[in-house]
Amino acid sequence: MSEAVSNLLKGIDYSKEFELLVEAYEKSGGTPEVLKSDKYASLAIHGNHVLGKNEVRGLRVETVETENGVRVKVQVEPGVRIQNPVHLCFGLVPEEGLQEIISDFDIGEEAEVKFIAHCSFPNALRIKHVMDSTIRLRRGAKMTYSETHFHGDEGGIEVLPTTRATLEEGAVFENEFKLVKGAVGRLKIDFKAKVGEKAVCEIYAKVYGKGDDDIVVSESLHLLGARSKGLAKSRIAVTDRARSEVIGEIVGDAAYSRGHVDCVEVIRGREAQVSAVPRLLVRDDTAKLTHEAAIGSVDKKQVETLMARGLTEDEAVDVIVSGMLR
Amino acid sequence: MEDTGPGQGGAERLHCVVRFSEKNEPGYDYGQSDLQNLNNGTMRLQIEKLNVFVNGYHILKDVDLVVYKGEIHSILGANGTGKSSLAYTIMGLESYEVRSGRILFEGEDITRLPVWERARRGITLAWQEPARFEGLTVRQYLLLSRRASKKGPPPEEALLRVGLEPSRYLDRALDESLSGGERKRIELASVLAMMPKLVILDEPDSGIDALSINFITDSIRLFAKLGASVLLITHHEEVAAMADRSSTMCGGTVLKTGSPDEVARFYRLHCRECEHVNEPEEEVARNV
Repeated sequence: MSEAVSNLLKGIDYSKEFELLVEAYEKSGGTPEVLKSDKYASLAIHGNHVLGKNEVRGLRVETVETENGVRVKVQVEPGVRIQNPVHLCFGLVPEEGLQEIISDFDIGEEAEVKFIAHCSFPNALRIKHVMDSTIRLRRGAKMTYSETHFHGDEGGIEVLPTTRATLEEGAVFENEFKLVKGAVGRLKIDFKAKVGEKAVCEIYAKVYGKGDDDIVVSESLHLLGARSKGLAKSRIAVTDRARSEVIGEIVGDAAYSRGHVDCVEVIRGREAQVSAVPRLLVRDDTAKLTHEAAIGSVDKKQVETLMARGLTEDEAVDVIVSGMLR
Repeated sequence: MEDTGPGQGGAERLHCVVRFSEKNEPGYDYGQSDLQNLNNGTMRLQIEKLNVFVNGYHILKDVDLVVYKGEIHSILGANGTGKSSLAYTIMGLESYEVRSGRILFEGEDITRLPVWERARRGITLAWQEPARFEGLTVRQYLLLSRRASKKGPPPEEALLRVGLEPSRYLDRALDESLSGGERKRIELASVLAMMPKLVILDEPDSGIDALSINFITDSIRLFAKLGASVLLITHHEEVAAMADRSSTMCGGTVLKTGSPDEVARFYRLHCRECEHVNEPEEEVARNV
């Protein structure tokens, strides 16, 4: 642990907060320059402190600091296409703490925006990170939300992201959650979306569990509008004593709605455990939902192909799992 | 995977009788005279009395085979005769249990070596249906292949050699978005990137259009030109004809080895119409 972190833990040097958060942000794959550039809208939050915020034309970000986190309201004006991705940087550098980010995204009609979020908890021993998001995409809006986590190796963290999304007619929402560096700890994703007429909702979860990690991914897409589409795709790998459960639900309630659940969970070692629970419900005779799930060991033919190129079995499995989680 | 169960076919006996009566004797030297000038007859792969089981089924029976340095050796045979099983056994795949016999590579007994150690000695295999990899690009795959030897061409050149434009393919994912023909050509490029000494090609010609097949046959010739030996599994006589020598298999054993013309003639006469597949050895012996 660096001296600056030690000082921060002792409560000595809070002026380093931003610097430390940015350092952790960089480790999680973020590009620090974008947090200081006027070209990019951005928001940096450490614990319950808003350390940096930048808006661009057509995008407003309001924040209110609370006892344990921050309330965030993001609005994109109708018809505005935000050229550059909006960068969000959340996290906690100390070993213990609670961070609650309560966010409300309102994307105006025909607006288009992409968010790249990095959540960093490099020293977590006893941390709880709560993300409650309400997302509304108005008619014809497009939003991509890509969230990457970076945790330390101790696994002393609970990550509880809850999302409630509403997609109006013709809206397109793509949501990706990725936690492949460091220990997961306890992760419980709870994602629900109501998908309107001709709207498209695609959600992706990629997680690598190790040690005693406990992963639950619960995704539900309710296809309410005619010709709406939904895809719930999960890629999970677990090793050691880690466990994962993926519950993928799609309800086809509207004419010609189409949905697909695609789950791959790979297990390494005798003490890990994976499970998949797809649930499809159709209430319209023109709707069509499908699912595919492959859980268990890494595909043998893939492993043997790479071994026939000179990789050991462990190296081959690493390549396959890394590719799957990329 | 080929059908390895016992009692497949069995009604058609006549051809089996003919074939086994004409089978080369163990330790054959048929066709070797043609190879006297091929790298001084240096043996790269030597298989001796190989008996292999999968899930308790006896799938390769007393197989003898020699592949010389720089030789293209085709294995011709109908479905289920043991061609792919032979390929997988040479590569050392886990399911193929060698109960007796030996596989020698450049004089070293590799019968018990794991797949990757065989690969690092210079043996590789291109599958009939190559695997697809989510999240792995063509460039990454070719670089991984090149890592073993560090002698092979870079990814760009390897792709050009199989007729694929690098700028269109290098950053593509090695997944379902590629057609079967594209995937097979990339597989050959990956073999080339590895610069192996022995290339085992399991039906590289299956499911391939006329244009692609030229690139594939050109690649096979290139492997040999670069000094590699090629074991070419096929059931197309025209493809087998490009080899220096051919062997034909039935019932898990090598029936005949010789010049491609000679073996193709034998195959046409005795094997192509035969419905017999992998009959248990005892019954075959009784028929003979």
